[in-house]
Amino acid sequence: MTQFTGKDLLCVRGGRVVFTGLDFSVGPGGALVLIGPNGSGKSSLLRLMAGLLKPYAGIVAWDGEGIAEDPEAHGGRMHYVGHHDAVKPALSVHENVSFWAGLHGHVGTVDGALETLAISHLSDVPGRFLSAGQKRRVNLARVLAAPSPLWLLDEPTTALDKATITTLERQIAEHRAGGGIVVLSTHGEIPLEGAGVLELAHFQAGSGEIAA
Amino acid sequence: MMGVFGAIVRRDLRLALRQGMDSVMVVMFFVIAVVLFSFGVGPEPNVLARIAAGVIWVSALLASMLSLERLFQIDYEDGSLELLALAPVPLEVAVVAKVTAHWLTTGLPLILAAPLLAVLLRMDGEGFGILIAVLLIGTPTLSLIGAVGAGLILGSRRGGVLLSLLILPLYIPVLIFGVGAVDAAIGGFPFKAHLLILGAFLAGSAALCPWAAAAAVRQAIE
Repeated sequence: MTQFTGKDLLCVRGGRVVFTGLDFSVGPGGALVLIGPNGSGKSSLLRLMAGLLKPYAGIVAWDGEGIAEDPEAHGGRMHYVGHHDAVKPALSVHENVSFWAGLHGHVGTVDGALETLAISHLSDVPGRFLSAGQKRRVNLARVLAAPSPLWLLDEPTTALDKATITTLERQIAEHRAGGGIVVLSTHGEIPLEGAGVLELAHFQAGSGEIAA
Repeated sequence: MMGVFGAIVRRDLRLALRQGMDSVMVVMFFVIAVVLFSFGVGPEPNVLARIAAGVIWVSALLASMLSLERLFQIDYEDGSLELLALAPVPLEVAVVAKVTAHWLTTGLPLILAAPLLAVLLRMDGEGFGILIAVLLIGTPTLSLIGAVGAGLILGSRRGGVLLSLLILPLYIPVLIFGVGAVDAAIGGFPFKAHLLILGAFLAGSAALCPWAAAAAVRQAIE
C-alpha cells in the first residue's frame, strides 16, 4: 500500500528551529489536517512535503523512497497549493488552468474542472479581472484538472465563499474515496471525516536557537 | 519533456505579446543608445564607421540587460516559479524554455534592428553579414549568462542594478570577439577563429548556465 511518510523531521528557518522530531504517515484515502498557531510551521511542513524545502534532518518519503531521490516523479504525483495563486493577469482563466494541466500531461479535463468550481462562465476572462476568491478557484481548478494522488493544500479556503468551501470538501471526499491522499493546513474551517490531526505546537524546540 | 518545453515557451511568448512592451522597449533603447553615440562622437563618417561594430555591440549588451531582471521575477512573485519547480520535469528544462522565449522576444528583435543602425553609422558593407552572424551566435550566450544573474537576484531589492554588476563583466569576452569578427571582416582578414570562439562560448554557456540558473532559482524559492 502506498504510504506518504515523514520521519524525525527537523525544520530550521533563518537559524531558528520551527519544529523538531516530527513524524507523520498517511495512507491511501487518508487525510492529515495540520493545525497550530501562526508561525508554528504549517506552511513549512507543507513545503517540506512538496519538496520545495529540504528538511534539516529527517526524511519525507513516498512508499519508502525519499522524495529528494526523484523530484520529478514526486512532482508528477503531487499538487501543491500555496499562498500565491499563480494566475497570470494577461492569460484567460482557461489558458491559465490548461497550461498547468498540460505540464502534468492532461489537456481535455480543464472544462470539467472549471465547471466544478463554478467558474466556467469566466473561462475567457483575463486573470487581471478576477477577485481574490476567483483566483483561488482558478488555482484549485488546476488541481482538479490534472488528477494526482497527493494534494498538499496550504489554507485552501482563504478567500473562498461558503458554497465553494462545500464544493472543495466534496472534491476532497471524492479524491479520498478514489484512494487519494490530502494534507492540508487550516484554522478549522474544514471538517474532514476520519482525518488525522497534527498539532504542530507539540513539536516546538525548547529554546529555539541552534548553532549554525 | 519537449512538450513541456514547448508549452512554457508558448506561454511566455503569449505573455510577452499580450502585455509586453518588452520587445518594443528593448529595440527602442537599442536605437536610442546607438543614436546617442553618434551625436556624442560627432558626424565625422570615418570615425563613426570605425567604431560602428563596437557601438552596436555595447548598445545591444545594455539593451538585453533591460528585460533580464524580469526573466524570473514575475513568476517568482505570483508563485508560478514554485509550481514550475514542482512540475514533473527538471527545473533546468523550464529555465531553458524561459531563456529561449526571452531570446525570441528580445534578442531576435535586436538582430533585426542591427543592420539598420549599421547603415546609420555608415559601417562598411563588408561587415553586415558577419555582424548578423555574430549577433546570432552571441545574443543567445548573453541570454543564457543573464539567466544565472536573473536567478541570483530573485528576492533582492534593487535587483536590476545588482544584475548589471554581476552580469556585465561576464559579457566582456563575447563583446571582444563579437566586435573583433566584424572588424576583421571589414579589414579583409580571416574571421573564422572569432566565430568559432563565439560558438564555443555559446556551447559552454548552454551546457553550464541552465544548471547554475536552476540552482539559483531553487535557492530563491526555498
